[in-house]
Amino acid sequence: MLATLVAALALLPLGYIVGYTLDIGWSGARELVFRARVADLLWNTVRLAVGTVVCSVVLGVGAAWLVERSSVPARRLWHVLLVAPLAVPAFVNSYVWISLLPWLDTYAGALLVVTLSYFPFVYLPVAAAFRGLDPALEETARGLGLGHGAVFRRVQLPQLRVAVLGGSLLVALHVLAEFGALQMLRFPTFTTAIYDQYRSTFNGPGATMLAGVLVLLSLLLLVGELGMRGRAGFARTGAGAARRSRPVALRGLTVPALLALTALVGLALVVPLAGVTWWLVRDTGGALDLANLASTTGTTLALAAVAALGTTALALPTGWLAVRARTRVSTMLERSTYLGSSVPGIVVALALVTISIRATPWLYQTTPVLLAAYAILFLPRAIVNVRSAAEQTPRLYDDVAASLGSSGLDRLRRVTVPLLAPGLGAGAALVFLAVVTELTATLLLAPTGTATLATAFWSASSALEYSAAAPYALVMVLLSAPVTVLLSRDARRGLTP
Amino acid sequence: MSSLTVQHLTKSFGSTPVLAGIDLTVPSRSLTALLGPSGCGKTTLLRLIAGFEEPDAGTVSLGGAVVSGGGRTVPARRRGIGFVPQEGGLFPHLTVAGNVSFGLPRQERRDRERVRELLALVGLDAALADRHPHQLSGGQQQRVALARALAPRPSLVLLDEPFSSLDAALREETRREVVEALRATGATAVLVTHDQAEALSMADQVAVLRGGRLVQLADPQTLYRRPRDLDTAAFVGDAVVLDADVRGGQAHCALGTVPVAEGCPDGPARVLLRPEQLRLGPPSAGAVLAVVHSVDFYGHDARVVLDLAAGLRVAARLDGADLPAGGQQVAVSVAGPALAFPGADAALGEAVRSP
Repeated sequence: MLATLVAALALLPLGYIVGYTLDIGWSGARELVFRARVADLLWNTVRLAVGTVVCSVVLGVGAAWLVERSSVPARRLWHVLLVAPLAVPAFVNSYVWISLLPWLDTYAGALLVVTLSYFPFVYLPVAAAFRGLDPALEETARGLGLGHGAVFRRVQLPQLRVAVLGGSLLVALHVLAEFGALQMLRFPTFTTAIYDQYRSTFNGPGATMLAGVLVLLSLLLLVGELGMRGRAGFARTGAGAARRSRPVALRGLTVPALLALTALVGLALVVPLAGVTWWLVRDTGGALDLANLASTTGTTLALAAVAALGTTALALPTGWLAVRARTRVSTMLERSTYLGSSVPGIVVALALVTISIRATPWLYQTTPVLLAAYAILFLPRAIVNVRSAAEQTPRLYDDVAASLGSSGLDRLRRVTVPLLAPGLGAGAALVFLAVVTELTATLLLAPTGTATLATAFWSASSALEYSAAAPYALVMVLLSAPVTVLLSRDARRGLTP
Repeated sequence: MSSLTVQHLTKSFGSTPVLAGIDLTVPSRSLTALLGPSGCGKTTLLRLIAGFEEPDAGTVSLGGAVVSGGGRTVPARRRGIGFVPQEGGLFPHLTVAGNVSFGLPRQERRDRERVRELLALVGLDAALADRHPHQLSGGQQQRVALARALAPRPSLVLLDEPFSSLDAALREETRREVVEALRATGATAVLVTHDQAEALSMADQVAVLRGGRLVQLADPQTLYRRPRDLDTAAFVGDAVVLDADVRGGQAHCALGTVPVAEGCPDGPARVLLRPEQLRLGPPSAGAVLAVVHSVDFYGHDARVVLDLAAGLRVAARLDGADLPAGGQQVAVSVAGPALAFPGADAALGEAVRSP
């Protein structure tokens, strides 16, 4: 029941787009969609998405191989450094690059900035997959007479396919939804065009139809990934822990490998951090407004905390049902929340603006609508965590506690909640950190006068006041740093010391 | 400590019948093993007794009071039945002390002395009290699970394949500790297992389940020596089964003439021997001859596979001191009586008592 409501909320933006399209009819839609302008945007968006995915796969798989499978020194450190770019929001990254090199407002510039921001989405799952590969398989293949190259192509690559595809999907979805970074680079895609349309005509049919095309692209990606992933699962057969694999000795290639990793981390992490710092110290005269910074940080933290609590609470029934009462309906409810959140933030925001103006004018530009947008966008992060926690809490513990004389309420307090707590905490933390750096939906939905770190940063940097924007960027990076630790920690456990 | 009585217990999951009318009595202070192959319904029976599931029909009584069926159901938490699941099922968020004291009244939970006593009961050092479950070995986890189940002084303890996840050496030791702890507390216990050696060595009585039915309820020696049918015979140990012709208390079979119990009607039958009843000697005139096919040497004993002249293959268990070589010709004799099942195809026939 509760789970159904949650699913309905998640599907709200999608329903809005579909409803609107039906409303204006086929000819109306055709008139708005089949235009030279839309074709331009489509070309820009698609070539950026494809380019970013290709570059991210090359960088991500290469870096993952070096860190997990080669003898490169300081592998633990490199692992953390390669995940760390996720702590720098893409629009902050973009701000640093464009403020330092104003001629980067081209396809190449957009490709560079977006790739540097999103390649960890490929690196992380591929590194985990490399670690999961059973070295016995490679040894068997070598025993059957295959060389190094053939082993990679015929044994490792097929097993990495799911991780590479999953990572690519994430990168592509993020590129489709990316707004801030591209707006700042003045590289027009669907998101920036929707925003400009919204700014000039508020919520004209033009913006909605652009959103419709964008959503269609996202859905195509989801379906395509599902189709390419296939049905085959790659699980290790047999019991017992896999042996550690022996790293491939790089020998003379150690220095080039180190240089490549240094260059990657330098561009993706050191440049943005140094850039923010440079703008921060360059002009401290009157730009640093501590009181304003503190109040903005306070607002952001409060919003993020409420959103984290609310979203996790919403995730609880869905995640729990998906594990404990595994039926077709509960799986469908769970999937629909994923579907809902694959819709780009700008579309979610647009839908909520329009719906709230039409249906509930008294809610328009209020905090509850903003929180609803956060919930739609970030529900899956919470659900995934609740789900995995619930999977580690089998009914057995309930039965054992009952046989020891514990009542239903007592079991909830002493068994279920303590067992779920870490998963709920991790889910809430991920939502919290996502909200701290959320820009697009906040720009459109925040009540007048409410500024978060992201929107304050945005208005300063849009006005080319780079020094004034720097402190907000720095606080966002600092607040996001824990997410890096959270993401790399699980993975780090597998590395050989 | 009270006895357990199960009457006509029936349970289906959907259209699949799992238990088809089980009757079982477990005397006070005894250990009963529920033995059967996987899928025979033994774990379901245990869960019905514990109160985690509701039976379709039939009753479960504890110490004379009905707890399940007959229109009244006592919830699991009020039955006072301790439960030790497979692989222990220790609460991962609690320490050993927290686990052991889980079922105690609130004011006793902090009593370190009580925890120490309970750990000592299952042969564990009190120093383990502050460890977390993942820091324990499999055998230690099982013993903590038993201590946890015994802590509230239950009238009955149920153990669901508690040793199946342990390796052989640890299994022996853990079994011994568990039996000792159960005896020391005078608990009535029901143990589910698919391991016949475990059932025979630990239990006071063994209930053999097959296809949702109770096939035989007997003490271990009776079960091994006088199984009710040939399937049960083969399930509780290695069996040599031969076609025979019974005349006047003697079975004439491929291993010569072997005495069987009185009262077995003359005619075709199948006879059961255990491999340890076969003896080997030097070939001589008039003896049953066989050729050694292979020898599996275990150290304390050995299993010798023999090809009989009639084209049959049988196994003998011999002590490891004096073993024949492969290909050697030997004479085979039988020590002790055989158990005969009348009828040419007596797989499900009634056993006839042998002396």
